[in-house]
Amino acid sequence: MNEEIITPALEVHDLTVAFDRKPVLWNIDLKLPEGKLVGIIGPNGAGKSTLIKAVMGLLPLSSGYVKLFDHPIDEVRKKISYVPQRESVDWDFPASVLDVVLMGRYGKLGLFRRPRKADYDVALDCLKKVGMEAYINRQISQLSGGQQQRTFLARALAQQADIYFMDEPFAGVDAATEKAIISLLRTMTEAKKTVIVVHHDLQSVTQYFDWVLLLNTRLIACGPTATTFTQQNLQETYGGKLTLLSDVGDLIRREHFPNREGVIKQPKTI
Amino acid sequence: MNDLYIIITASLVASSCALLGCYLILRKMAMVGDAISHAVLPGIVIAFLISGSRDSMTMLIGAGLIGILTTFLIEFLHKKARLQTDASIGVTFTWLFAIGVVLISLFAGKVDLDQDCVLYGEIAYVPLDTLIIGNQSIGPRALYIMGMILTAIILFIVFGYKELFLTTFDPAYATAIGISTTLWHYLLMGAVSATTVASFESVGAILVVALLIAPAATAYLLTDNLKWMLVFACIAGVAASVTGYYIAVWLDGSIAGAIAMMAGIIFIIAMLFSPTHGIFTKKFSRTAAADS
Repeated sequence: MNEEIITPALEVHDLTVAFDRKPVLWNIDLKLPEGKLVGIIGPNGAGKSTLIKAVMGLLPLSSGYVKLFDHPIDEVRKKISYVPQRESVDWDFPASVLDVVLMGRYGKLGLFRRPRKADYDVALDCLKKVGMEAYINRQISQLSGGQQQRTFLARALAQQADIYFMDEPFAGVDAATEKAIISLLRTMTEAKKTVIVVHHDLQSVTQYFDWVLLLNTRLIACGPTATTFTQQNLQETYGGKLTLLSDVGDLIRREHFPNREGVIKQPKTI
Repeated sequence: MNDLYIIITASLVASSCALLGCYLILRKMAMVGDAISHAVLPGIVIAFLISGSRDSMTMLIGAGLIGILTTFLIEFLHKKARLQTDASIGVTFTWLFAIGVVLISLFAGKVDLDQDCVLYGEIAYVPLDTLIIGNQSIGPRALYIMGMILTAIILFIVFGYKELFLTTFDPAYATAIGISTTLWHYLLMGAVSATTVASFESVGAILVVALLIAPAATAYLLTDNLKWMLVFACIAGVAASVTGYYIAVWLDGSIAGAIAMMAGIIFIIAMLFSPTHGIFTKKFSRTAAADS
């Protein structure tokens, strides 16, 4: 299933995460190559967000280990960037767009040091890349959903990291923003950055991603999109057959509900 | 002179509380401030029993430790016993406060503390307890202690500004890029505990909550900028102290009570003239726009 990767950007070995003894992720073993745009695909509740959080060490692991660029995570924190789900923060927080993007520089700055001219330059440059240069001093409470997402993306870019984890960056953004984001991610992977994206929409998978990771509590498949994103793998991921760990009835019921992208309507961004 | 001492002490208390209160509100932890201010009581009593004096350093340390224990217990009950946050706060602080009350009543003879003093404080006595160096009285002890506390808090916020900002706004991201959310959480809670204890001699355990929350809540309504929020919170706190003092003198009532009452009234004024509706606040939003 896994192709042999000589220098993996991310290596996960025997990873299990459980909440209250109920496994959310079970025995995940995978390697991801450098410089690829990777999509994590799976039904709701499959553990997609949990996987990236566990990889970044935001959740306690029940077993297994994670290595990034062949190092334990805490040694390479400066190489990691994260775009959390948009709804995970309070957008009424008293901060401007620039304030948020500058947060991307904090990790490099270290304790007690204030952002300097160079940091502001990077932040402004990143805001330009996501097309937000007109909103630098806008209060974040006044942003639309798409603009919030771009702000988060600019913050991640400002880190100048090597590996990016993005939790549903396309949730609730309009088509124009989605296109803008995906072309930005492309230029990032061309610059040898690894971008790992939790994704919901099956339609766009083949178009967007170099690699896919099909997940439903356990890892179904992981590999280049062309060979991995197959009918059979999808069937398996989305409950075509009973797995030991997931209740299939539960799964089918979930399938009948529209996913979040369908529900949240955001005002047009640009 | 005594008037001035009281007003300055109250202003120092109010500013210290207001600064920390801003972070508590933004972290949606206003009630944790409440909890800590009550839960430190056993810490104060135990520190007193061990050291046998009302020496402020011992009390600060004792209460600081209990304050951190409180936050730890709240988290523990929330995460391990799977209790809702508000329920775990309710259980933790009432329990610790009750222990404090029992300790005070047990050792009433030996402890120079009584429930009234603990609950309401007595800022009017501040000028009586002076700090004496050599043979010279150099002003109220509380003034110096609060001065040091406020300085420490300002230094904490200035040097930890970006870490506090980030861990408050987006803790998951902070952890991902290697800034310890836990560390800053406990540092902040330690600061809240120390401030509460230092303040409580003057304004008591209940009213200190008013000063932690009301000025910060006022400032939250007035601005969209964290730095200005911190400044406005201090202004609101000082304004409450000054007006509260004179109202208390005029009514011949409790000073601490009047200050807390004024903090509430200032909040109501801010709410009525909030940025979206007010005449008053439009002036602020214009300066904020010019600033940004």
